[in-house]
Amino acid sequence: MHGDVHAQFAGVTRVYPGAGGHAPVHALGPINVDLHKGEFFAVVGPSGCGKSTFLEVLAGLQQPTVGTVTFEGRAVAGEVPDGVGVVFQEDASFPWLTVWGNAAFGLQRQGTAPAEVRRRVDDALAFMGLKDFAKAYPSQLSGGMRQRVCIARTLVLQPRLILLDEPFGALDAQTRLLMGDEVLKLWRTTGATVLLITHALDEAAMLADRVGAMSARPGRFIEIIETHWPRDRDSTIVAEPTFGEITGRLWERLRGESLKALGHSGQPPAAALAAE
Amino acid sequence: MTRAGWIRLLVIVAMIGALELACRLNFIDHRVMIPPSQMATALITMLASGQLNDDIVRTLGVIAIAVALSVVFGFALGLIIHALPRLRAALDPFFATYYAVPVFIFYPVMIAIFGLSLVPIVLMGVATAIVAMIIATLNGLDRIPRVLTKVARVHRMGRLATALQLQLPAAAPYLFTGVKLSVSYAFIAVIAAEFILAPAGLGRDIANAYADFNNRRMYALMLLVLLIATVVNAGLHAWDLRWAKRRGARPS
Repeated sequence: MHGDVHAQFAGVTRVYPGAGGHAPVHALGPINVDLHKGEFFAVVGPSGCGKSTFLEVLAGLQQPTVGTVTFEGRAVAGEVPDGVGVVFQEDASFPWLTVWGNAAFGLQRQGTAPAEVRRRVDDALAFMGLKDFAKAYPSQLSGGMRQRVCIARTLVLQPRLILLDEPFGALDAQTRLLMGDEVLKLWRTTGATVLLITHALDEAAMLADRVGAMSARPGRFIEIIETHWPRDRDSTIVAEPTFGEITGRLWERLRGESLKALGHSGQPPAAALAAE
Repeated sequence: MTRAGWIRLLVIVAMIGALELACRLNFIDHRVMIPPSQMATALITMLASGQLNDDIVRTLGVIAIAVALSVVFGFALGLIIHALPRLRAALDPFFATYYAVPVFIFYPVMIAIFGLSLVPIVLMGVATAIVAMIIATLNGLDRIPRVLTKVARVHRMGRLATALQLQLPAAAPYLFTGVKLSVSYAFIAVIAAEFILAPAGLGRDIANAYADFNNRRMYALMLLVLLIATVVNAGLHAWDLRWAKRRGARPS
């Protein structure tokens, strides 16, 4: 199922320089991974392992310390490349604009013709189920709907690579499942490549074609698992035995890393006692 | 009107009614205070005659100039101080204690420098109001969500576009609080400065009426100042409320 390489990490590391007498922090890498055109790639890993750094390096929001990142064959250097859309974990909706105004923001900035703005925004709001809320302000919406507003704002720009940085982190489990369906629909309809950063193993297992399991800091891929889900899938696959197998395998790989991130040795309790 | 609004109105009406009754029944000496109805009648007569026009224009004009200067320079200084963390660290204690210092002690100095003109009064208004605007600006800039900076970069916005299209609207509620406080402080400072020493103005008129034992005029003018302050603040509050409701925040 692997298509053309859409984005590539080649020997990428990210080290945050030490400040105020503190030692530099090696946050990420080395990372070598290709994202294929049109695939849904998810990254899971323990807290603080560098998942968001991975996304921000690809988005051009951070520069790699070593190595190169390319998108559509061009090096990502210092600015967000054309064709890349990002949805953040935090509520990034603009409270001073209506839902419609939020969605239209990027297009209006680009100077797109008003009729085209109207068409694309109306389409995006209809797609995200926000048509009836076009005149509402974000404060009048739930957290999930506000996140959909942010996705709509990204969607209208017709990105070829959509980066989702734990976009459902603040939502309850049921809403997350439903939002997952929306994202799958979005992915299928647009044909864009999607990179999802998440701490939820089930979310990654349900949504992605491939799931990259990241080690504790500095984040590296310890395994990339292919899910082999059909493209036309939805949240009902959580009932399938394969879903449990994928989630179980991910946890098997990540349990030790999560313990390390919490300051434990990463060994099972009995082995840790024996080691002492 | 909301239930709380009706209760508020009822309390005000009851207080005015009680005051009217206390004056009419001589519980309060008429040489000390006249009934509110007489204050209102006197005010209407004075307004109708046009004798207050010059003083109203002068005082409100001075307040408007003081507010405009405080808001513009307070905002600009707030931006500069926010961009210079070391300067801010040095100035923070001054801002924290500024309103504990009676700035009015400098009024005679200003009169000595600029003479008995509009300038010292405007400067008193600015001196009283500007720090509120600086603090509100710093507060607003501190509270701009960090994610907006990332959003700006995703939309490849320059510094000016980011400031005007994202940071300014995000900080706007706090800036508006600064404007509200500036209006209130400038109003107090200008009326008080005129009351102490000024060639004209509503504050001066109140002081003259007080010195002449002209209770009717004094209370009518006081009522006028109260009404203007109430209407201006109610207008600003209504605007703030509407804005806050839209943004899902509490009014400042």
